[in-house]
Amino acid sequence: MNIGRKQRLPVVGVALVAAALFPLLFPDPYYVELGVQIGFYMVLAVGLNMVAGFCGLLDLGYAAFFAIGAYTTGVGMTRFHFSFWLTIPFAILFAAVAGVIVGGPTLRLRSDYLAIVTLGFGEIVRITANNLAITGGATGIFAIPPLRLGSHLITAKIDYYYLMMFLVVLGVMGAYSLRHSRVGRAWHFIREDEDAALAMGVNTALFKLYAYITGAVWASMVGAVYAVSMTAIAPESFSYSQSVLILIAVILGGLGSIPGVLIGAVLVTALPEILREVSTFRLLIFGILMVVFMILRPQGLWPENVRGVFKPMPSVPGARPDGATYSAGGDGD
Amino acid sequence: MNLFWQEIINGLFVGAFYALVALGYSMVYGIIRLINFAHGDLYMVGSFVGFTTLSVLFGRGGNMVFGLALAFMLAIIVVGLLGTGVERIAYKPLRNAPILSLLISALGMSLILENGVLVIPGWGSQFLVYPFNLPSTGFTVFGVSVTYMQLLIFVSCLLLMGGLQMFVQRSILGKAMRAIALDKDAAQLMGININQMVSMTFLLGAALAGAAGVMAGLYYKEINFMMGFEMGLKAFTAAVIGGIGNIPGTVIGGFVLGVLEALGSGYLGSEWQNVFAFAILILLLVFKPTGILGEKIGGRM
Repeated sequence: MNIGRKQRLPVVGVALVAAALFPLLFPDPYYVELGVQIGFYMVLAVGLNMVAGFCGLLDLGYAAFFAIGAYTTGVGMTRFHFSFWLTIPFAILFAAVAGVIVGGPTLRLRSDYLAIVTLGFGEIVRITANNLAITGGATGIFAIPPLRLGSHLITAKIDYYYLMMFLVVLGVMGAYSLRHSRVGRAWHFIREDEDAALAMGVNTALFKLYAYITGAVWASMVGAVYAVSMTAIAPESFSYSQSVLILIAVILGGLGSIPGVLIGAVLVTALPEILREVSTFRLLIFGILMVVFMILRPQGLWPENVRGVFKPMPSVPGARPDGATYSAGGDGD
Repeated sequence: MNLFWQEIINGLFVGAFYALVALGYSMVYGIIRLINFAHGDLYMVGSFVGFTTLSVLFGRGGNMVFGLALAFMLAIIVVGLLGTGVERIAYKPLRNAPILSLLISALGMSLILENGVLVIPGWGSQFLVYPFNLPSTGFTVFGVSVTYMQLLIFVSCLLLMGGLQMFVQRSILGKAMRAIALDKDAAQLMGININQMVSMTFLLGAALAGAAGVMAGLYYKEINFMMGFEMGLKAFTAAVIGGIGNIPGTVIGGFVLGVLEALGSGYLGSEWQNVFAFAILILLLVFKPTGILGEKIGGRM
């Protein structure tokens, strides 16, 4: 399913034009709202993909960083009357600090410890938001002022639709360039064989922390946008099932594959809407899909183009069968 | 001062649950190095099996002692078999796969169990009140009150844990389990059937979780399909405190977590209880990731 370099431009172009025209062709608020939803899952999936896909770290509390950003902006704008832009540096700072506190000690240990610690961290953040007075307790924060761009107040859903589109493009571009950077290659190496990476002089603990914090900061900034777009936030929006849904988008789409996780995000958001009658079963269905995929197709729906990361030597073109071999990361025991 | 001792006693009772569930994590981890995310949900299923047994029985005016015994037995059998089923379906095909695939599969299994319970008629998503009410009478020693229920649960937990320890240390099957935990390949060369032993480990761990589930229903009086999620996290914390993979260590870890958490919620307020427990987990991994009696876990990533 991989697209060659030459076909990539037209495909991306068509997808972008289709996305831009979508709300004009279907102006129904329901579709625009759904589009915004899909946009949020896309940017979050792109962020989690850097952690879980590129570096192979299973983060089960990703929504916690999303919550940190949303609450920083929500509290900053309603309680301290900060402007949206002033809350962003705080959102970044808090997410980075939390990332270091949680990731620092855990990333030195076996990778499965990270999964359970992030799970616990997700609960800590949700319960804390639920208990504190400044975060509004279980009712959360409401009447968050809208985003101001110059003199223009962004309130319409359609504006947020295009804002999300912009964030998706920004995130995808950032993820692509990170993947092809020195850091991205180190992540890939760690995912494929951590012991070998360590032996080759890669500071694995440090690079894993980079991956974790990059994902954390990105989720936090997305959370800030979420707060102004929803105008109200509550702890239940940042529960464990939220983290799991983002992870499912990444896994079903294809760990490490950027087009894959975008498709995964559409799947996670649109499937429950299409199958309204069975919406209670959606997590059951996703659970079954996760097990089946791991056994039969661990590379996901749209596998990562591994060759794009490590280009083969010019003298041996196609040394690696295109995308045919891919292991989902970590190491065998 | 009485509050202090009362919290310690309460913590010990809750710690007994934690220890019982944590043992399943610890045994599975010891033998195949996997954090079985579905383990907490097995405990939840045990609770629901007990609920249905008791409801059906008491609906017909059955005997109390017989009903309880049957509830425990059914929960142990059903959940034990379910545990081996989980291993067969979701973990066995992936035994040589990367650890990330295995963890994701385990997570999927946990979602299947949680949301599978929603589909079963009579279970669903609401909180169910346990159809059994042991009189909440008890006695007071040195100003600390203990109910008979707590005592009953505590003693059953100790018996089960003692039985497990005897089994692992004295029986030939237990010896085989310990051999696999030490060196899988060498154990296989000595003629130990790895697949069979892994199945048995899951059977035992799940059976204990099933029993713990029924006890939780009796103790907390209310059950819900998400109860396994929280318990899974707590039990894992307990296992890490004691030293994951080590049976006596895990039991100690359960009690330590129970007491710390009870003191924490006694002094900070119960709404902070879980934050306190998970913060202990993170702090522990900073300062002593091997736990109280654990083996070294660093090096291997």
